[in-house]
Amino acid sequence: MILTAVLVLGLIGVIFAIVLYFVAQKFKVLEDPLIDEIAEVLPGANCGGCGKAGCRAMAEAFVKQGNMDGLKCPAGGEEVAKKVAELLGCTPEVSDPMVAVVRCNGSCGNAVSKNNFDGLADCAFANSVYAGESGCTFGCLGLGNCVKACQFGALSMDPETGLPVVDEEKCTACGACVKTCPRGIIELRKKGIKNRRVYVACRNKEKGAVARKWCSAACIGCGKCEKTCPFGAIKVENNLAYIDFNLCRLCRKCVAECPTGAIHAVNFPPLPPKKEPADSTAVKEPIETKAPETAKEPVNINPTY
Amino acid sequence: MKTFKMGGVHPEENKISTNAAIEQMPLPKQVAVLMNQHLGAPATPIVAKGDKVKVGQLIAEAQAFMCANIHSPVSGTVNKIDVCKDMVGLPKTAIYIDVEGDEWMETIDRTPDIKRDCSLEPKEIVAKLKEMGIVGLGGATFPAHIKYSVPEGKKAEYLIINAAECEPYLTSDHRVMMEHAEEICIGVSILRKALGVPNAYIGIESNKPEPIRVMSEMAKNFEGIIVEPLVVKYPQGAEKQLINSITGRKVPSGKLPIDVGCVVSNIGTTFAVYEAIQKNKPLIENILTVTGKKLPSQHNYQCRIGITYNDIIKHALGELPSNTGKVISGGTMMGKAISNLDAPTTKGASSVLVMDESESRRRPESNCIRCGKCMNACPMGLEPYLFSALVKNNRIEEAQSHNILDCIECGCCFFSCPANKPLTDEIRLGKAKVRAMMAAKK
Repeated sequence: MILTAVLVLGLIGVIFAIVLYFVAQKFKVLEDPLIDEIAEVLPGANCGGCGKAGCRAMAEAFVKQGNMDGLKCPAGGEEVAKKVAELLGCTPEVSDPMVAVVRCNGSCGNAVSKNNFDGLADCAFANSVYAGESGCTFGCLGLGNCVKACQFGALSMDPETGLPVVDEEKCTACGACVKTCPRGIIELRKKGIKNRRVYVACRNKEKGAVARKWCSAACIGCGKCEKTCPFGAIKVENNLAYIDFNLCRLCRKCVAECPTGAIHAVNFPPLPPKKEPADSTAVKEPIETKAPETAKEPVNINPTY
Repeated sequence: MKTFKMGGVHPEENKISTNAAIEQMPLPKQVAVLMNQHLGAPATPIVAKGDKVKVGQLIAEAQAFMCANIHSPVSGTVNKIDVCKDMVGLPKTAIYIDVEGDEWMETIDRTPDIKRDCSLEPKEIVAKLKEMGIVGLGGATFPAHIKYSVPEGKKAEYLIINAAECEPYLTSDHRVMMEHAEEICIGVSILRKALGVPNAYIGIESNKPEPIRVMSEMAKNFEGIIVEPLVVKYPQGAEKQLINSITGRKVPSGKLPIDVGCVVSNIGTTFAVYEAIQKNKPLIENILTVTGKKLPSQHNYQCRIGITYNDIIKHALGELPSNTGKVISGGTMMGKAISNLDAPTTKGASSVLVMDESESRRRPESNCIRCGKCMNACPMGLEPYLFSALVKNNRIEEAQSHNILDCIECGCCFFSCPANKPLTDEIRLGKAKVRAMMAAKK
C-alpha cells in the first residue's frame, strides 16, 4: 500500500519535472550575469540621480550600452565608476566631483519676514500661493522640501538662519534637491580643490533697490565682481551675478569687492593680512594641476592660502 | 426650499455688514491696473507712458482667445508700464496711472435713469460684453463673452444666477440686490436673450430674506425670471452645487455646466452686464465689503479697480488695528490671505476681511483618525483624506484616478477635519502635481 503511494507520487513528480524542464527551456529569460554584478557595485540607494528608475535599471542600461558614455552614477562617484568600468572593460568616464550649493542668503537676519505662513509646510505649495515671508520671490521658502528629498541625509535646516545646510561629506551630488526646489536655488557645483568654493549666494533678478528692500545680502547686480574678476568667470545677467565654476580660480577678489556680501567663499582659511599684492602664484597653480581628478585626496597645491 | 444633495458644511455666517449701504470710495492718487485680472492670458497694453487716458478708455486689449479687455478706471496720465506685485507678492505687469480729475468717456451714460429696452441681437450682446471687458465676478473671473457664446452642438436650457453668497462675511451681492434690483433684472433679461433660454433662476440663500423679497417683487415685472430661495449651506454658490440645487442635474466629472444645458452667472456680473450693455460702461468698478468682527465699522464700497488695498483700508478704517493677524481678500472659506497690502485690487476682488490675531491662526495639526468627516463634507463626493496620503507619498497617478481634479477647493474638508489637517492645501498641491504630470506626458 505504502509502496503504491510512493510510486504514484514519485511518478507524478517525475512527469512534472520533465514538463517543467521543457517549459523552463522554452521560456528561458536570458539575462547577462553582468547586470547582477554591476548592480552589486552600485550604491543601491535608488536615489534616481542618474535619471533611471533605480540602481538595477542603471545596471541594465550600463550592460545594454556596453560602455559608460553618458551614463553616470552621481551618488557613487569615482570609486563606483572605476569598478563599473572594470566590469564593463572600458575606461571610466571621469568628471569633477560635485556638491550641492544653496544659493540663497535670505536668512532670518538678512531677509526680515513681513508675514507668517501657516499653510501646508511644503515649498511647492507655498511657492504657488505667495511670494515668501520676506517678499522675495526668488529666495528660499524655508519649508524643507530639499531636506525631504535628500536620500543621504546630507541636508538639514539651520534653525537659526532658516536656510538649508549641505553636509559636504554626505552629499553625493545626485541632484534630487536640485530637482525638487521649486525656486531653483540649489545648484550642483564643482567641489573644488580642498572643498573650496566661491559662489553667488543669491538668485534675485530684481533691480538692486528692490532686491535690497527684501534682503540686505541680496545680489544687486552692481557688476563690481564682474569687473574685478581677472579670469572672466563672472557674468551679470538680469541684475544677477553668476560665477562659472569652470573658470573660477578661487582668487576671492570678488568676495572682497561685493558690497552686500552676496558672494560666499567656503572652506578658506581667513585671508592673510594684505601685505603682498594678490599673489599671482595663488591663481596660477590651480591651472597647472587643473584636473581635480584625484580630488579624493587633493595635494596641497596652494600653500599661500 | 432647494439644496444640493451631497456634502456641505455650515460655517458661522458673520454677515455683519449687511446694513451698510454702498458708499463711493474716493479716487486714489494713483492706480495700478494689472494685465491679468481674469482667467487666461494677460491682456496687451495699448497705451504708452505719458498718454492721457479717460475713465473707461480701452488701455489693454485681449489678443488671446481666453482673455478680456481692460479699461482705464480713472482719468489721468499713464505714469509707467512696469512690474507690480500682486496681493500675494508675485510679480505681474501693470499700467500705473496718475489720477487727474475724473473725466469720463463721452460714450458712457452716467445719468441715473434706468434704461429698460435692449434691442441688440444675441450676437451683438456677446460682442459688446467682449468689448466692455466683462468677466465673471463670482471669483473665477471667467471672461463673459466666452461663457455666453454657447459652442456648436450644445444648447443652453437654464440660466442660473448665483446670488447665494454662501461665503461667510461677504455682503456685496446682498447690497447690490437691495440697491440695484431693477438693473439686475434687466441684466438677467439681457443674458436670457443672449442665450435664448426661456427661464432664468436667481438662487438666493434663505439667510437673506430682504433681498429675496425685493428681488421676487421686482421679478414679477419681468418675463421668465424666477427667484429660488435656497437652504443655507456652504458651498451653495459653487457652480456645480447650484446647478444641482436648482435643476437637480449633476455635472459629470471633467465636464462643464453647458454639457448639462446650464449657464451660471454671478449676480454681480449681471449688474455689470446691465451697465455695459445699457450704459456703455466697461468693467471699471466693483463692490467690495470691508468687514471684520473686531472692526469698529463695517462698510460696502464701490471702488475703482486698481486702487490699492492700503488705500481702501486707510479710507475705511484709518489704519489697521494693531492686533491684526490676517487680511483676506474674499471670504473665510475660499479667500486668499493678502501678504502685500500695496497691491492693487482686480476685477474679481470682493472683500477686504480683517481678522485679528486670535481668529487668524490655524489650530495645531494632529494625525488622521479615518473618521471620514471630510468625505461627508465634500460636496463633490471625493475622499480628501485619501488624497492627503497619496499626495504626501507622491502617488500622483493614483490621485488622478480618484478624480482629484474634480475638487473645487471649497475648503469643506479642512473645515470639518477634527485633526485640523490642511487637506485643501494638500489637494491643491496634488492638483498642481497632476497637471504637471499631464503636461509632461503630452
